[in-house]
Amino acid sequence: MRPPLDFGAFVRRHGGGDGGPVVQPRMGFGRPAQMRAGLAATRRANATTVGTITLDSYTRVGEPDMAARALHEGAELNGYPIVTHDAAVTGAVLSGIVDDDFPVQIRHGSAMPRDIFTALTALSLNATEGGPISYCLPYGRTPLEESVRNWAECAERFAGLRERGIEPHLETFGGCMLGQLCPPGQLVALSALEALFFYQHGIRSLSVSYAQQTSFEQDCEALTALRRLCRALLPTDNWHVVVYAYMGLYPATDGGAYRLLGQAAELAAATGAERLIVKTVAESRRIPTIEENVAALEYAGAAAAATETMAGGAPADSETYQEALALIEAVLNLDGDVGRALLTAFRRGYLDIPYCLHPDNAGRARGYIADDGRLRWAERGALPLGRGGPGGDGGTGARRVTSAGLLADLSYVRRTFDTEPLKPGDTQGRLGAHQ
Amino acid sequence: MSDVVPRPGVVVVSGVASDSHTWNLVFLQLLLEELGYEVVNLGPCVPDDVLVEECERLAPVMVVLSSVNGHGHQDGARSVRRLRASQQLVGLPIAIGGKLGIHEKDNAAHVRKLLDAGFDAVFADGDERVVDFQRFVRALPGGAPGPAVDGGVPEPAVDGGVPR
Repeated sequence: MRPPLDFGAFVRRHGGGDGGPVVQPRMGFGRPAQMRAGLAATRRANATTVGTITLDSYTRVGEPDMAARALHEGAELNGYPIVTHDAAVTGAVLSGIVDDDFPVQIRHGSAMPRDIFTALTALSLNATEGGPISYCLPYGRTPLEESVRNWAECAERFAGLRERGIEPHLETFGGCMLGQLCPPGQLVALSALEALFFYQHGIRSLSVSYAQQTSFEQDCEALTALRRLCRALLPTDNWHVVVYAYMGLYPATDGGAYRLLGQAAELAAATGAERLIVKTVAESRRIPTIEENVAALEYAGAAAAATETMAGGAPADSETYQEALALIEAVLNLDGDVGRALLTAFRRGYLDIPYCLHPDNAGRARGYIADDGRLRWAERGALPLGRGGPGGDGGTGARRVTSAGLLADLSYVRRTFDTEPLKPGDTQGRLGAHQ
Repeated sequence: MSDVVPRPGVVVVSGVASDSHTWNLVFLQLLLEELGYEVVNLGPCVPDDVLVEECERLAPVMVVLSSVNGHGHQDGARSVRRLRASQQLVGLPIAIGGKLGIHEKDNAAHVRKLLDAGFDAVFADGDERVVDFQRFVRALPGGAPGPAVDGGVPEPAVDGGVPR
């Protein structure tokens, strides 16, 4: 059997130029027939797409038996249980759909991904996503040290696919931590550091993520910074940038959802990102249908294609860049081994994810949305960022976070995008095209 | 509640075993703290064993579970049966809220199932409001230590990443 195409090579060939980014859904269904239908519809969509198989949360937490029981009982799963389904079943899901014109990425969120990687390599599935920090801290209670060990081992096993002539691709999820309220400097730093971690463990085809936040201008800075830092840090050219449409509380109206998605597409296109992960109108309520996903892919693809790439990008020396650089340098100075450096950094609070409840996160840093819409630090904890330095207002922890204040910040984007009146041109005639 | 010796004011907030969402838990913690409770937040993806162990250890006055990934009606029912199986926790007030199933239309069935499984209160997304939750908290024996908090908005079901 011919080896599958390198996911990274496909995305770099088709995305990032005048046509805008390759677009990708976040899609996963428990039943093989539905999963196959979802992939087929993604492939058919009127946009340059790549496919997604998102795994269910029982598989993610290492409980394939629970997934099997749910399937047996006819209960619906929130993703595709790739460890539970027989390899032949998954092979049939992919057959005739996934090929050199339509690669697929597997997405999960596990800090204990051994069984998942075993399933992937057995099926010659060569693109996935993760990270020792980003697939651990937000998602549960696996000790960070264990996650670093697991991800090092799995990355090395995945890299072993090259012995079979298959190029494995890994995307860092570090640019999306908790979806919201983390100032972008730290998101950029984590994404770049996880990419370097993967490189140290043998992966040569990489992508770095960044999730749309609350300020278009600050997001442009962040993506420009991410590109500049990766160019300097990663000893390979085979990497690309992937932008995620907003991952926090999503607008509840169709107009608001499309406007926000449109802005994510503009952000990706303007900054030359090669790939964009979309969200749908159903996002605020439930797991979207296949049709809603296709509509979102086509809308985002068209919106991105209509956007010009920014000449020269955002200012290269932005405060976001300075902040990310300070964090990366502080971490890399701790140890030559990125995994060990990351562990020490979290122990000391040099990295600290706002509001993350994981026992290995210092939990002292706090982010908030400033009056100009930019994410800033309300409290820096031990982050190695000078008090009056970049990315901040000199925040000293004077801001007390209340439940109402937190809710206001969490719903800032929803509120902003839901209340703006929908203009006729906003949906470019595509709203509901597939409903 | 014969065997339980409540530590005044400690509430356990927890996600259920397969649910990775955090913001709902952070919000509930802040709200309950503002109502005057001390909160122990176990965070997302708490296995049943850990939940039972921590509740036996802390002897809280209340347990609040929250789930937004669509598996809440399964995970929640299993968790509450485990909690109720502990002699110490038989009479403990236990509530759950969030997006409890994958489809909104099944909410009524999920609520019934969860109440039958042993919850004292179930707040399904859509009709669940912070004021309702506060009413429940304040109606507990002893009521809330602090004054009411101005809320009135649904608890945030926020997507923290993959998968739901």
